[in-house]
Amino acid sequence: MERDYSAAGRPGDVYFFATCLVDLFCPEAGLDAIQLLEREGIRVHFPEDQTCCGQPAYTSGYADEARQVARVQLGLFPNDWPVIVPSGSCAGMMRHHYPKLFAEEPALRAQAEALSERVFELTEFFVKVLKVNWKGSGRPTKVALHTSCSARREMGTHLHARELLGRLGNVELLNHSHESECCGFGGTFAVRQPDISAAMAGDKADALKETGADAFLSADGGCLMNIDGTLAKRRDGFRGQHLASFLWRNTERSEGDAA
Amino acid sequence: MSTRENIFRKLRAASATTLPSPDAAIAAHYASLPRTAKDRLAQEFAEKIAAWHAEVHAVPRKAWVEKLKEVVAAKGIATLLYAPATAHGQALAAAGVSGLKPYDKPIDGWKQELFENVDAAITRTRGAIAETGTLIVWPDADEPRLMSLVPPIHVALVDADAVVPTLYDAIVQQGWSAGLPTNALLITGPSKTADIQQTLAYGAHGPKELVVLLLTGEDAQ
Amino acid sequence: MTTHHVQFVPGSEFKRRAAAVVADPFLRKSFRGAMDFLMMKRAAQFPDPELLERQRTLAEHIRRYSLSRLPELLERLEANLQKNGVQVHWAETPDEANAIILDICRRHDAKLMVKGKSMVSEEVELNHAMAAAGVDALESDMGEYIVQLAGEKPSHIIMPAIHKTKQQIAELFAEKVPGVAYTDDVDALIQIGRQVLRRKFMEAEVGLSGVNFAVAETGTLCLVENEGNGRMCTTVPDVHIAITGIEKVVEKLEHVVPLFGLLTRSATGQAISTYFNVITGPRKPGEKDGPREMHLVLVDNGRSQAYADEQLRQTLQCIRCGACMNHCPVYTRIGGHAYGTTYPGPIGKIVSPHMLGLGATHVLPGASTLCGACGEVCPVKIPIPDLLIRLREEATHEAKPGHAPLAGQGAGKTALAALAFKGFAFLYGRPALYRAFAWAATRFRFLTPGSQAGWTKSRTPLKPAAKSLRELLAERRNARN
Repeated sequence: MERDYSAAGRPGDVYFFATCLVDLFCPEAGLDAIQLLEREGIRVHFPEDQTCCGQPAYTSGYADEARQVARVQLGLFPNDWPVIVPSGSCAGMMRHHYPKLFAEEPALRAQAEALSERVFELTEFFVKVLKVNWKGSGRPTKVALHTSCSARREMGTHLHARELLGRLGNVELLNHSHESECCGFGGTFAVRQPDISAAMAGDKADALKETGADAFLSADGGCLMNIDGTLAKRRDGFRGQHLASFLWRNTERSEGDAA
Repeated sequence: MSTRENIFRKLRAASATTLPSPDAAIAAHYASLPRTAKDRLAQEFAEKIAAWHAEVHAVPRKAWVEKLKEVVAAKGIATLLYAPATAHGQALAAAGVSGLKPYDKPIDGWKQELFENVDAAITRTRGAIAETGTLIVWPDADEPRLMSLVPPIHVALVDADAVVPTLYDAIVQQGWSAGLPTNALLITGPSKTADIQQTLAYGAHGPKELVVLLLTGEDAQ
Repeated sequence: MTTHHVQFVPGSEFKRRAAAVVADPFLRKSFRGAMDFLMMKRAAQFPDPELLERQRTLAEHIRRYSLSRLPELLERLEANLQKNGVQVHWAETPDEANAIILDICRRHDAKLMVKGKSMVSEEVELNHAMAAAGVDALESDMGEYIVQLAGEKPSHIIMPAIHKTKQQIAELFAEKVPGVAYTDDVDALIQIGRQVLRRKFMEAEVGLSGVNFAVAETGTLCLVENEGNGRMCTTVPDVHIAITGIEKVVEKLEHVVPLFGLLTRSATGQAISTYFNVITGPRKPGEKDGPREMHLVLVDNGRSQAYADEQLRQTLQCIRCGACMNHCPVYTRIGGHAYGTTYPGPIGKIVSPHMLGLGATHVLPGASTLCGACGEVCPVKIPIPDLLIRLREEATHEAKPGHAPLAGQGAGKTALAALAFKGFAFLYGRPALYRAFAWAATRFRFLTPGSQAGWTKSRTPLKPAAKSLRELLAERRNARN
C-alpha cells in the first residue's frame, strides 16, 4: 500500500534507530547514514537505550520475548520526530508488526501505531521525505542492488533505492537475475535450514556477481551479512557494502537539494 | 454422535460472524471492466478460441451444412456422431452428409464402439464467451455429454448472436442458477496437457481437434 | 496394479531430504527452470497490477464470506445435492473417507477405479487403501499417471510430475507400459498415455474426482481441468464419487466466476482451462450417458481445527492454485517431495499442521525465510507469512489460556531454543546490560568462534566490529568537544 507522505515536512530533528546488527556488525554503515542525514542539515538523535527491534524472536514465534524487547524501544522516541532505520526489515518490523504485537494492550498499541507512522527506512526517507537530489562524486562505478524481501513487499524500498541511485549520474545500476528473490537469510532460518539458506545465498551471490558490477549494495543488515559472508568465504573479490556507506562515499549534494 | 454431527458441532463452535455478501461487489467488478462492443463479440470470440488451437470457420447460417461437408471431406471423417432429435441433426440428415451416426441409444451398449470407431461428433452450443474464447455446451437427453469428449474431433456450432462478453454475463443473462442441466460444460479448445516438462501437447484424453462453425448473418464472409 | 512405495514422512526427515535436492545440480536446474516458466506465464496474465489487486480483494471477499457461513452453506449444499440425486457422505478422518469410498466400490463389485486429479484423495492416501482392499485405483491425469507409474507421489499440486524430465518419463514408459519402445517425443508419450487410459475409462466401474468449487445454492460441483480425463472419470463409469474438503463450498454460481478466473491464471498462467465441468447430478431418466450413481465425500481431516481460530481460518481460503509454491524460493530449491506432505510449499506449511498435527510437521512452518513472495501472489490473499509465524508460536508454546490446543501443540519446543529466546529478551530488554554486552563483544571479538552452527558452512564467521556504533558516536562527540 502506498504510504502518504504529504504530511511529512522536512524535519529539523530525527531519531536514528541503528538496529542491533548495524550497531555491532557494521557500525560504519550506521555512522555513514548519520553523516548523510547531517549533511542534509538535520540533527540526528541516537537514543542510547536502543537495542534491537525484537524481530528475531517475533518471527520465530516467541511473541512474548519480542514484546519484552519491543516495549523498551517503544519508549525511546518521546518527541514527534521521524525515526530513521538503516535496515529495511527492522523498519518493517517497527512499522507493520509493532501494532500487531501490542494488539491486546491498548495504551502500548496506541503508542506503537503512532510510532509506526514515524518510522522510515533510510532510503525511503531520503527519497520521499527529504526528496534529495544528490549527484554522484568520484569515479564512475557499476553497482547491483539487493533489497530485503520484507522491506520490498511491505514498503517498496527497492523503488526508493533505485530512484536514489538512478539519479546519481556516474553510478550505473545493473539488474540481476531473479532480483526480487530472497537471499536466504530469514533470521534464524539461516541457522535452522543451513543447506537451503546456503543454496539461496549462493544463487543470489552468483546473480549479483554475474552483472559485472563493481560491488553490490543493500540497505538491510541481515541480507548484507548473509550475501557478503557468502562472497567473503568464496574469496573471489566481489563484495557488498551497505547502501549508506556507498552513498556517503560516492555522492554529494547538488544545487537542487533543499537548503 | 455421527461423523456429520461431529463436524457440524466443531464448525458451529467457532465464532464466525457472517460477513457481507459479495454479490454487489462481484456485479460492480464485472460492470467496471471494459466492454467489448456487441458487434465485436463474435469476432473477439473467434480470435480467442483460435488462439486456443481451435479451427474456426465463420459461415452464413444457411450454409453451415455445406461447410461441414467440406470439413468432413478435408479431415477424412468416416463416422460423424450426431444428435438425430435436434434441429441441426435433422438438417444434417436431410442434407445427406456422409458417415452420419446417430447417438440414439444409451451409451452402455456401445461404449467400445464410441471410443474406438467414431471419428468426430457435431454438437450445438448454448452460446460462447468472447473474453476467453469459450464454448458453452449444455448436453441433454438428445445431445449427450460424451459427444464433446470422446471422439477425436469435436465440431461445434456457435451462433454469432449468442456470444456474450464474459462467463459472468452468461450465468446471469441465461439464468443458470435457476435450472442447470446434469452436466454443463465450458470448452476452450481441444484437450491438452503440459504435464511432461511443461511442453504443451494436444489430444490428452479428449478431442484432439476442435472445429468451430461460427454461424453469422447472410452477408458474412 | 501399481502400489505406492513412497509414503509421506513429514517433519523429521525434512532437512535431510532438502539437503539431498539442494546438492543435486540437475534437479536444482530443472526446478528453477520450471518455476521460472510458471512465474513468467502467470505474470503475463496480470499486466495491470491495480486490476489484479481488485480481483484479489474480490476473491478474498468471496472466500471469507463463504467461510463465515460455512456450516449453513454445507447444509444447503448437502440438501441441494440430495435433491439432485447425489448421495452425500461426511468423513472426519482419512480412514473414514477411505471406508466410505471402499464401501461404495464393494457395493458395485468394482475392480477398477479411474481417478481424475484430486489432492484430497492424495491427502487421505486413497490409492493405498483401495489397493489394500483389492481395488485398482488408477490415476488418469497425465502427470498423476506418470507419478503413479513410477511409484512416487506428486511433487506439485498442479503439475504432479514437474520433477521429471521427458527422458525419465520415456524410460519409465518403456519399462512399465507393455509394448512401448523408448521415445522422448512428448506428443508420442502423451498418445501412449491416452491409449492406455482410454481402455481403462471404458472398463472402470467407478470414477473418482476432486472438486474445485461446490455450489450450495444449486447443489453443483465444478471441476477445472485441461486434459479431459476429469470429464471421463465423472461421465463414463457407472458410479462417480467426488471427494473434497469441507472448505470448498461457495454460496452461488456467480461467486465461482472470479475465483475460477484467478485460479487458472495464477496456477498455470492460463486465462481459462480447456474444460470447466459443471455437474449437477447423475444421469436423469431419458439421458443416454453419465453416471447412474453419484456421491460426494466431504472431508474434514483437520480443517475444522483451522476453522476454530479466526486467524488460522484464513488457511481455508485456499483454492489450490499452487502459485505460492511456484514463487517460493525454498520450494524452487528443494521441490515438492522434500516436504514429505501431500501439499508442499507455503500452503503445505500452513495446512499440513492441521491435517497431520504439529508433532509431525512443526519443522515446516520454520522452513521459510518469510520473504513474503507467497502472500504477494496468493489470489485469495492468504497472509501466509503471518500464519507461518503463528504456527511457529503454536509449535513452540503451550496453548494460550482459553484456547484449545492444536493437534501436536508445542511439539517443536526445545529447551535450548526457549532458553535462547529468554536470553535474547533478557539481554535486549535491558539497555544497560546490552551496552555492557556490546562493549564486551567488541573487546573480545578475537574470541568469536570460527565455526558458528549452520552459518559458517557457507559463510565467513559473524564477527563483531572493533567498536560498536554507539562507541564510534561517543568518540566523535568527544573529538568535537
